Amino acid sequence: MLNAVVLVPLLGAGLLLAGRSWSERTSRWLALLAGAVPVVLLAVAWWRFDPGGPRFQLVEDVDWIPSIGAGWRLGVDGIALALASMSAVLFVAALAYPVDLRGRHRQYRAWMLFLETVSLGLFLSLDLLLFYVLFDLSLVGMYFLIGRWGHSDAGSAALTFFLYTLAGSLVMLLGFLSLVLATDPLTFDMRELIARQPLTGEGTRAMLTLGAILFGLAVKTPLVPVHTWLPPAHVEAPGPGSTILAGVLLKMGVFGMIRIPLSMMGDSFRSAAPVLAGVALVSILYGSLVALAQTDLKRRIAYTSVNHMGYTVLGIAVAGAASSGEDAARRLALTGATVEMMAHGLITGSLFLIAGSFWSRTGDYDLGHYGGLAGRARSLTALTVVAAFASLGLPGLAGFVAELQIFVGAFAVYPVVAGLGLVGLLITAALFLQMIQRLFFGEPAGQHADMADLGPREVATLVVLLALVVLIGVWPAWLLDVIEPASRAVLQLTPGA
Amino acid sequence: MDIGHVAPELTLAVGGIVCVLAASFAPSSRQWITSVLGVGASAVAGGFAVALAVGTRPQLGFEGSWSVDGVTHGAELIVCAATAVTLLASVEWFATDPRRGELPGVVLFAATGALLLAGAADTMEIVIGMLLTSVTGYTLTAYHRGSPAGMEAAMKYFLVGALTNAVLLVGVVLLFAVTGTTRLAEMADRLEAADAIGPALIAVVVCLILGLGFEIGSVPAHVWLPDVAQAAPAPLAGFLTVVPKVGATVALARVGGVLPDDAVAWRPLVAVVAAVTMTLGNLGALWQDDLRRLLGWSSVSQAGYALMAVTVVGTGRLAPAALVVFLAGYAAANLAAFAVVTELRGRTRLDGYDGLAADHPWLAAALAVSLLSLVGIPPLGGFVGKLTLFTAVIDGGYSWLAAVAVANTVISLLYYLRVIGPMYLGERGAAAAPAAVLGQTAAVAVGIATLAVVALGIGAGPLLDALSASRLLP
Repeated sequence: MLNAVVLVPLLGAGLLLAGRSWSERTSRWLALLAGAVPVVLLAVAWWRFDPGGPRFQLVEDVDWIPSIGAGWRLGVDGIALALASMSAVLFVAALAYPVDLRGRHRQYRAWMLFLETVSLGLFLSLDLLLFYVLFDLSLVGMYFLIGRWGHSDAGSAALTFFLYTLAGSLVMLLGFLSLVLATDPLTFDMRELIARQPLTGEGTRAMLTLGAILFGLAVKTPLVPVHTWLPPAHVEAPGPGSTILAGVLLKMGVFGMIRIPLSMMGDSFRSAAPVLAGVALVSILYGSLVALAQTDLKRRIAYTSVNHMGYTVLGIAVAGAASSGEDAARRLALTGATVEMMAHGLITGSLFLIAGSFWSRTGDYDLGHYGGLAGRARSLTALTVVAAFASLGLPGLAGFVAELQIFVGAFAVYPVVAGLGLVGLLITAALFLQMIQRLFFGEPAGQHADMADLGPREVATLVVLLALVVLIGVWPAWLLDVIEPASRAVLQLTPGA
Repeated sequence: MDIGHVAPELTLAVGGIVCVLAASFAPSSRQWITSVLGVGASAVAGGFAVALAVGTRPQLGFEGSWSVDGVTHGAELIVCAATAVTLLASVEWFATDPRRGELPGVVLFAATGALLLAGAADTMEIVIGMLLTSVTGYTLTAYHRGSPAGMEAAMKYFLVGALTNAVLLVGVVLLFAVTGTTRLAEMADRLEAADAIGPALIAVVVCLILGLGFEIGSVPAHVWLPDVAQAAPAPLAGFLTVVPKVGATVALARVGGVLPDDAVAWRPLVAVVAAVTMTLGNLGALWQDDLRRLLGWSSVSQAGYALMAVTVVGTGRLAPAALVVFLAGYAAANLAAFAVVTELRGRTRLDGYDGLAADHPWLAAALAVSLLSLVGIPPLGGFVGKLTLFTAVIDGGYSWLAAVAVANTVISLLYYLRVIGPMYLGERGAAAAPAAVLGQTAAVAVGIATLAVVALGIGAGPLLDALSASRLLP
């Protein structure tokens, strides 16, 4: 079944490229159909998944390059299932959202579906080589999406993005190879690697390997100081492209940290955890401060992503820390990190879609050119306010559930880091409130005071995404029940010294 | 002694002779027949290579002078396929050339020379293979006698070749002086036994790296490569940047395999040459505005990657497989790229590729796929090549070389994207006409090579399975 989840969007992409004479409408419905099949299948997977069962379920296993132990291996634990489902929903939203496709609608949607295949495959992958392959292919897809459908300076932003993240992923590949070469016979099977913990007790080599893997994942996440590709990529990308970039592609880095170093190298991860927590803290503070200083709507949202990914990585660092007797706190932090990924995907995904609506109406992201839109654009105001409040962590919305767990866990393990991290929460709140005030309240002002409200397709898409944000916020149990056992399984392998 | 062991080489050589004879007797309206003969001979030779790969176990043939092993069979398959694709791409390009009839003959002789290099288990055979590839290479480069650039490139190729062939000969003679044999298998034993042979052996190693490095395209004998890539007839430029490299790299790996590690530090030396070659090639390619010259420099840098496998040959199980898989992926991608250039009637200025995807989506896709494969983007052939290379060198204790290769791969993306980016993201200038294409046969060559790029990645499993059992003889 997971094979179908991964391959149906690819099939849709192939059909779109073949159907030369199709109208915009046909291609939209075909893309939505191919994009929605994984949502349905993942819902079935959710139903068939047994939280009390083994860690990896619904496994598919086909040989690819048997002589080096690589295969097409898919399967889910609670964390992967949650992320894959969120990503699938986000892809449907991105496909449904209206955007100017410059007459190349088939190619645009084919690339989107290609990215859906790649992203879902990555979250479902149980093979390290397959993980790497899909990690790299996500760069290719996003390169073309930004480059061809982006704004004025898209070419160079796409190039920076590709170069930067390819550098990260190749360094990561060296780490993967070093890890895999410690097994005999060679295997890229994640289940085997998790069970064997290959480089335990290898000292320098283990630390170098861990460093290489974490570096590659940190570029993708991105963490300060390797985040510089992110703002230009977001600013130049079309709105739905940014949604996928922030909502799905960034998660690959963080998800990788849980699945690979934390699960496969628990021993080395424990010594690196304080450093990682420090880097996460820098990302939290720097991301929020720089976001506060931005006058460009999209750039501001982009930097809040750096800030939010900082919370997630802090949760992971706490989970992998050496701290005896705090198992409950560490588990809480890891669960919180996973929920934060889902929340950030849905919330920031919505915010970028909204930014896309601004662009399609005015071609302008400058906050100073807007004012008092609340009177004219009621739906836009209401939905943006909900998304912004969710992003700043208002109780009752998804971000709060996540950040609460992360910080409760972090206070037990790294109280100083957690205390300083709270400052980031305050700054984020300030910057979103200021943004809302500038855009919507006060007298109508600026060049775009007569901007039109959201259309029905835009409203419908955003309502679905934000309804999920509210659902997770008020009733997180259905989600936590699935994630919690996976966190437990991850941390069982790496008891806190 | 079994003549069947060299069936592919014999087929190519005999095919070449038949082509030359046919060209002498066929009327000018029927000269195309030699193209058919040439493609047929490559296909039959490839068939023999498959049969040998399936039906023989690794052994030395012809009294120890010929290696029958997985690497030879791999090289045979690569060279035969490359020859067939080259001849297909050449048909329309040379359609009005009065000497089109002889061309397939010369190409087949060049392929024979490369295979002599790849299968040689005897140093004199290496010399003969080298001379045969070189002489035919000069001829092919200057095949358009009216092209001053072609003549200049051929002259450069010839001058560098004459010098390095002499150096290779000196190395081979010195090696004979030290060991008293030209058979590699006997050499291995005698080098193990002797110990006070350091200085002479160092000279041998330097001469061999220089001499074979000429056709590999490694520093410092790489200087001909960008010129030949730019100025040789486009379909032949693909051939000349691929086929000799395959033969010479395997030959160097075989000689390296018999050198004792403790008597002479040849591995670090090859590793340094590899690192310098890939870096210099990349820097040369960075700001080229001519696609063929860019591909020539990229071919230099790819030679550096190929030498990574030579560095660790004999240390682990993966090195021979990495060598063949990498060369196969490189050959397919480079031939596909040059076939696209051929199909576009030799269009080579980078700004001529702006917006190509809109006019020729399939050609643009073929070029993009082949360049991404040269970068090493999965799941293409180049990715599996680099993956096995990196694994082999890390396994062999040369992690620093893998790190250098990674840095170079990132740099290489920059110039490959200078081609891919404008094709997809740019617009054709309003004044410019859509690019004209050559014809069906060249398009078939593009298709075959591009499919091979994809198949070598996705279908890498069986290939690596077959190769992982083989070791490099002797």
